[in-house]
Amino acid sequence: MSSRCNLRFLIPGLALLLGGVPSVLAVWPQPQQIRNSAERYSLSARAFLFKHADVSAVRSGCDVLDQAFTRYFTLIFPESGGGAHNRYFWTEADPFTVEVNVAEGPCDGYPAEGSIENYKLTVSPGQAVLTSVTVWGALRGLESLSQLVEQDDYGAYYINKTEIEDFPRFQFRGLLLDTSRHYLPLQAILKTLDAMAYSKLNVFHWHIVDDPSFPYQSRKYPDLSKKGAYHPFTHIYTQTDVRRVIEHARLRGIRVLAEFDSPGHTQSWGNGQPSLLTPCYRGDVPSGTYGPVNPILDSTYVFMANLLKEVTSVFPDSYIHLGGDEVDFSCWKSNPDIKAFMKKMGFGSDFTKLESFYMQNIVNISTMLNRSSVVWQDVFDYHEINRPRYVVEVWKWGCYLCEVRRVTKAGLKVILASPWYLDLPGPTHDWARYYNVRPLAFKGTEEQKKLVIGGEVCMWGEYVDATNLSPRLWPRACAAAERLWSDEVQTSSVDQAFPRLTDFRCRLLRRGIQAEPLYVGHCKNEYQGI
Amino acid sequence: MAAMGALLKFGALLLAAVAACVAWEDGDVWDYDGHKLKDSDFLALWPLPQKVQSSAVSFQLSASRFQFTHAEGSSAGSDCSILQNAFRRYFDYIFGFTKKDRDQRRRNAAGSEVLELQVAITSPDAECDGFPSLTSDESYELSVDQPSAVLKAPKVWGALRGLETFSQLVYEDAYDVIAMTNVLNFSVFPDFPRFAHRGVLLDSSRHYLPLKVILANLEAMAMNKYNVFHWHISDDQSFPYVSRMFPDLSQKGSYHPYTHVYTPADVKMVIEFARMRGIRVIAEFDTPGHTQSWGFGQKDLLTPCYTGSSPSGTYGPVNPILNTTYDFMAGFFKEISTVFPDAYVHLGGDEVDFSCWKSNPDIQKFMDQQGFGKDYSKLESFYIQRLLDIVSSTDKGYMVWQEVFDNGVKLKMDTLIHVWKGNEAQYQAEMARVTGAGYRTLLSTPWYLNRISYGQDWRDAYKADPCNFTGTDAQKKLVIGGEACLWGEYVDASNLTPRLWPRASAVAERLWSDQGVRDISDAYVRLVQHRCRMVERGIPAEPLFTGYCRHEYSGV
Repeated sequence: MSSRCNLRFLIPGLALLLGGVPSVLAVWPQPQQIRNSAERYSLSARAFLFKHADVSAVRSGCDVLDQAFTRYFTLIFPESGGGAHNRYFWTEADPFTVEVNVAEGPCDGYPAEGSIENYKLTVSPGQAVLTSVTVWGALRGLESLSQLVEQDDYGAYYINKTEIEDFPRFQFRGLLLDTSRHYLPLQAILKTLDAMAYSKLNVFHWHIVDDPSFPYQSRKYPDLSKKGAYHPFTHIYTQTDVRRVIEHARLRGIRVLAEFDSPGHTQSWGNGQPSLLTPCYRGDVPSGTYGPVNPILDSTYVFMANLLKEVTSVFPDSYIHLGGDEVDFSCWKSNPDIKAFMKKMGFGSDFTKLESFYMQNIVNISTMLNRSSVVWQDVFDYHEINRPRYVVEVWKWGCYLCEVRRVTKAGLKVILASPWYLDLPGPTHDWARYYNVRPLAFKGTEEQKKLVIGGEVCMWGEYVDATNLSPRLWPRACAAAERLWSDEVQTSSVDQAFPRLTDFRCRLLRRGIQAEPLYVGHCKNEYQGI
Repeated sequence: MAAMGALLKFGALLLAAVAACVAWEDGDVWDYDGHKLKDSDFLALWPLPQKVQSSAVSFQLSASRFQFTHAEGSSAGSDCSILQNAFRRYFDYIFGFTKKDRDQRRRNAAGSEVLELQVAITSPDAECDGFPSLTSDESYELSVDQPSAVLKAPKVWGALRGLETFSQLVYEDAYDVIAMTNVLNFSVFPDFPRFAHRGVLLDSSRHYLPLKVILANLEAMAMNKYNVFHWHISDDQSFPYVSRMFPDLSQKGSYHPYTHVYTPADVKMVIEFARMRGIRVIAEFDTPGHTQSWGFGQKDLLTPCYTGSSPSGTYGPVNPILNTTYDFMAGFFKEISTVFPDAYVHLGGDEVDFSCWKSNPDIQKFMDQQGFGKDYSKLESFYIQRLLDIVSSTDKGYMVWQEVFDNGVKLKMDTLIHVWKGNEAQYQAEMARVTGAGYRTLLSTPWYLNRISYGQDWRDAYKADPCNFTGTDAQKKLVIGGEACLWGEYVDASNLTPRLWPRASAVAERLWSDQGVRDISDAYVRLVQHRCRMVERGIPAEPLFTGYCRHEYSGV
């Protein structure tokens, strides 16, 4: 691989000038339709203007777009130091104008299930026209626009004549961070949100609590983090922190899906909420250890209802993730009260029925709170009759598409995570593994395929904290992002994707995202940290 | 932000963090999870010294009163820049979070405070202005008492190791809110390294590594008592070393002739930065293979490959049959011998692909003339021998990768053979063969840290031992150490540091501590804290497993 002969570096735009050669000057993830030509227009930070189209439903004062203009100005002209050149706009006779035309408001809402992210972008002499249905679509279009801008050897910026018509293949394109196994400082989360926007990922799945720690500072139950976090002051997310994450995400068109996983994965909850967890027994006596949430006490459901009520007031998204995975039954089995309850309920010795009973109650609470529940596939697997309406997240390895098929056959929506567990590193050059996923390659009706709403990259935290999060996520998560956004037929070749992704990775570095290399080679601007 | 305000306030109280150790005179201390804290929860020496004695007495340190001093009679004084710089560095490490020491009023019970660390260099030549070498004395003794702790070492190199150990004895204890000072255990030990060569290899050819990254890793190396930076500076992919004599090598062979090169000033800075930390810099200029990038700036250096009877336009290894090749090498290595002060230079010699040589008719003719038949390893030997003669004439010793030995090249007896190939049984057999032939050797095979897998793979690195092979005591004595290697195919500034640390720390302990230090669960407890210590000192060392550091990495 002679990556030292980086065409872009030697002769920018050569590929285009020669015509026909797959262009490195491309957008990641690949738009549904893109036509560009060798015709190019030079850009200058002093003569560059974003404006709302006269007919746009959105005007100045729309914070999502106002902020995006500031952000993308800096991304497009990284050496210009942000919007400092505003005053030059009027001194230049003919600024290059990016006209944004959004069909529908509002601006102050949140991206949501079903938000339309389609956009159309036309770059022609002196202007670019970006049209979209919503501001969220406009954000996607601005991202594409920013990726079209290149810098030649003399440092001059230019953009090629281009037409893009674009929309996501899947509406749910998520990324999971785990802030329980290791606490992630706010800055690490915000930076991840930035990088997500660059890859057009649109759901931040916040696996905020788990066995090892409970960093969410609850208004109603402050003891949960006080006693369950790694540290009650330094290793928590305050309400302000959470609001900041949600707002940072909103401004980038990213939904925040909070997960409060129960009844398993809750050891840390027990420290701050007495009698929530099931006391385990050794013989006839309590052993002093605790198992999953105790599903037989009314107090459990009162607590969960209160907690989820708070959670839904804090997290605006219409989805809430209720977990439900990997429940270890051994503690329940040891507890005489649980056994008595099982008998009373006629569950026999089938503890999956007890879990289903619990999850049913929790899903009902969430339904009453007007939320759609998301659960890990275990819940679906255990609960074969009278399933409530929930979205199933498929995470287990093996024939994951078999599971997708089963879930969709039952008429439930699916989020696919199995092939995208990025916390598993190495051996090394493995991004193609995440690229070569075919989420819909199962036998099923059109209706079934439509139930696959998307997929998600998971970065579990056993071996990951702020020191290594970014390079482990990026650019591998970009591979998944393209799979979830782009047309599968157009993006089926790893070989064609490689130079584009290599290029995109350098762009991420330039934007301050600590993305690791795919293979030998270099970026014009190397990572400047350590 | 309100939340930040609260956090800072708490931080101020923490400032003086705390202490307590072997004996809890005030009763037990518990952490937030309700676990009783043991002294090992605070005292995490890494790599473990040869011998530690700790008493139940603990001392305090105060940022406003503590000093490093040169002991009376020490052969080093305030003109010893290595120590003067080290004092500043270790003061920062020790008091990083307590520098302001706001609460001066709060003195602890009289007599329990260490006011100074006296550093005594005991041999007549402290080597303050010298460079560390393979035979440098790194031993030291440290005794902590009040009001003065004493660090004795024959040379500055030992003093540097001792300062690191001293800094690791200081910790913030669980009374962080109440106690206002740092505390020391009372400890005395003579400490010295098990192996003289304890190295880390970085590859700046597959990816260019900005200077900042190299320097940060030298810092981390010193925290782990490493003493050799093996700089694999050039390879097929790029030639970033700016040669005074042959500037075209980097002008045409680097990724970028200005932004992706190491200028003479850069190289000097790396060498000096390393010297300040007792670290040798051994440059590797790998030939005759791994040299594609050399060809751009040095015409006729590489062998033209042929397709049938005509040149194919591609090039192979260095052309071993031309006199111009050896003239170039003589000039080049003469420069290298003056730029890099270390007594050794690494000449590579690995993975030579013979197919290009085989295709070239001139080479074939030469093979016939020399009577090499079809044995191209003889041609390689021919090249290497001439190269070794050239390097010998510059008064340098050399290190080579094991193939050079395997191929039967005649080597001076002071050549260091670097073992890197094979599985466990194979590298052990190789170590036996190399030492059996009387050569000194160092091991890297089990420490290719560029190879990653899920979970705690530091354990495998920790378990490997360079002396685990069948051989006599005399053979074992020929093992001078080992190196952790981080090859650069998938590594650059963006992921180098967390990939290397703390996994390289496991290797560091294997190379420094006594052979009997093998308890993996004890190592885990200490390494978890050592990793947090590195994080506190600004090194983004990745976590070993679920858990937290009091001060998380904030360089995101």
